[in-house]
Amino acid sequence: MLKNYETVFILNPVLSEEQMKDAVGQYEALLKENGAEIVNKEIWGLRKMAYAIQNKSTGFYNMIEFNADPAAIATLEIEFKRDERVMRFLTVSLDKHAVEYNNKRRSGAFKKKKEVAS
Amino acid sequence: MTLVNEPVNREQQKKKYCRFKKNGIKYVDYKNPDFLLQFVNEQGKILPRRLTGTSLKYQKKVTQAVKRARHLALMPYVADGLK
Repeated sequence: MLKNYETVFILNPVLSEEQMKDAVGQYEALLKENGAEIVNKEIWGLRKMAYAIQNKSTGFYNMIEFNADPAAIATLEIEFKRDERVMRFLTVSLDKHAVEYNNKRRSGAFKKKKEVAS
Repeated sequence: MTLVNEPVNREQQKKKYCRFKKNGIKYVDYKNPDFLLQFVNEQGKILPRRLTGTSLKYQKKVTQAVKRARHLALMPYVADGLK
């Protein structure tokens, strides 16, 4: 049984653009290895954080939406914890309203402008 | 918003309502800090239901969303003069 999940993680801003893309690709590969289907991925890019994490005030924000077996989440989170490039991560399971909201959001029906601006 | 109680004209005061129920919003997104900013005071504290009028069901979701946003540094845990 696959469940809907979404994970947001913040990568260290000292990484280069390429290294950042590399890291994202690595996690995508990891998810696929664990039998997950990737629904959507978003790179929000370098963004100012509301407070400093590890003495850094900015971070690369990334989001991946995927359908996965619940067992795959533990693997993913262990990988996040081990990785020094990842400063913060949050994985949430999505209920039916959230899935609907994300579909809308992805199709750019609303709030898309804000996303670009911020 | 000041901390001093101001006189309230009860007759003029509009009835509070839950904006989620009224507008049919089913999901409170933690990824949208601009929206969540409406539910915190200038120190970044979550506003109580009695001020915003949010129903219990959605207040719980708002709280959850604000806390998630804080974890991801989209919103501050402590702030001064947020608004």
